[in-house]
Amino acid sequence: MTQDKTMTADDVVGRLESGMTIGIGGWGSRRKPMALVRALLRSDVTDLTVVSYGGPDVGLLAAAGKIRKLVAAFGTLDSIPLEPHFTAARQRGAFEMVEMDEAMMMWSLTAGAQRLPFMPVRAGMGSDLMEVNPALRTVTSPYEDGEKLVAAPALRLDAALVHLNRSDVQGNGQYLGPDPYFDDLFCEAADQGFVSCEQIVETADLLKEHGPQTLLIKRMFVDGVVETPNGAHFTSCVPDHDRDEAFQRAYVKAARDPEAWPAFVERFLSGDEAAYQAAVTAFHQEEA
Amino acid sequence: MSGTETTGIQAPSRAEYCVVACAEAWRDAGEILASPMGTVPAIGARLARLTFSPELLLTDGEALLIADTPAVGATAGSIEGWLPFRQHLTLTATGRRHVMMGASQIDRHGNQNISCIGDWARPARQLLGVRGAPVNTLNNPTSYWVPKHSARVFVEHVDMVSGVGYDRAAAAGPSATRFHRIPEVVSNLGVFDFETPDRTMRLRSLHPGVSLEQVTGATGFALTVPDEVPFTREPTAAELRLIREVIDPKGLREREVPA
Repeated sequence: MTQDKTMTADDVVGRLESGMTIGIGGWGSRRKPMALVRALLRSDVTDLTVVSYGGPDVGLLAAAGKIRKLVAAFGTLDSIPLEPHFTAARQRGAFEMVEMDEAMMMWSLTAGAQRLPFMPVRAGMGSDLMEVNPALRTVTSPYEDGEKLVAAPALRLDAALVHLNRSDVQGNGQYLGPDPYFDDLFCEAADQGFVSCEQIVETADLLKEHGPQTLLIKRMFVDGVVETPNGAHFTSCVPDHDRDEAFQRAYVKAARDPEAWPAFVERFLSGDEAAYQAAVTAFHQEEA
Repeated sequence: MSGTETTGIQAPSRAEYCVVACAEAWRDAGEILASPMGTVPAIGARLARLTFSPELLLTDGEALLIADTPAVGATAGSIEGWLPFRQHLTLTATGRRHVMMGASQIDRHGNQNISCIGDWARPARQLLGVRGAPVNTLNNPTSYWVPKHSARVFVEHVDMVSGVGYDRAAAAGPSATRFHRIPEVVSNLGVFDFETPDRTMRLRSLHPGVSLEQVTGATGFALTVPDEVPFTREPTAAELRLIREVIDPKGLREREVPA
């Protein structure tokens, strides 16, 4: 029996509660579930622990004051190295930070997904990560080598939000770009997984033009599927669309200017997703 | 020595000395991934592959390994492999990689900071975050590129140890030192290494046109300076042609290191 898990972005946010630990897929300014993030911004869900290879998802949630604790190795927009709201939020001490190494975070999510307490990693030894994360522990190999390694603690998520190119209604998620990022891992480490996608297709059509290795996410890890065309905007979602560099520049310009930011919010983030997409279209007409 | 004057080729710019110095980091590296961060290191890695280190692997900056060696910023003509982030992060621990990272701060022991300036708990200036510096430095050779050498970058103590230096690795024990190596630091003024008894930073070579006083004046700690400091080697005529015509015809290197 086919289970139809389709819902709206607001339905997804309805499944979330303040205080939850939320993992967000993608990487930097690449294939971020921005429509779901925008739905979160419209809600009163707050006090979140956010786990992310951070990009504008982190920036927007931080600017809206929804992050209590951030678990991340960076905050970047890729073509623009520093995420402006992330840096500003850190500089005003807006949230608690758990800074991790990129690889350490992958192994922590792996431990969470595999229901293990930790994974041993070399990364972190000797670095100040050990100082700024007083909860980090080391572990000594029980074998002859006796190596002392970092025990990267399991990261378990209440919910994962990811954006894929395609999905069927059951949550079989398909990526068509060059990099899966860690979206499958986020879903496996989460009690609830939510997939937004550019387009929902028939199950039988998933592999019409693409190989089976494009099927990244298995429906057993998915609780909701949302069709949100251009839902990763302004981050990239190749091959459906590239990063909207002009819009990203406008975002950064506004984010760096406390006087300009309220106008940006008013213009782009005060309505629903359809209003957002319409405002983006209008933005490009003006720019042209 | 290079023959550039006799053949009528324009003399090397500072940026071109930097490119050659970066390329030298990957000499005799074997069949490993070269991971350059920054424009000049990216040009250097391509130069190394096109000349003395043809076995090197290179990415397109995203998830693909490129089979040919196009100009920086240009699309590769063919692809030889797939390296998404998840594999890039695990490749690090295999050791088959030599990365050249940037450094917002670096100290005499080679501790590097890209995370933040000031108190970590509430930084005066949040930078990138530690990114992959902890995993890189403990698992594969990690060199550094500093396009603007100054006492604000070459500091006595870094604010947040992201990439691990020799003293911190030694203090953390054998599991930290096992694969730890910082082959070199290249700046717009010279090349530096840690080939000293106490593994502190040494001036290895000055780029032609740079004085010793310029370097020591722009370095915020006591640098080991040998009695005789050589100059960074000259690019060959063939290397200059590759840099100027093949790898960086748009002259992006001159923007990162102005003449």
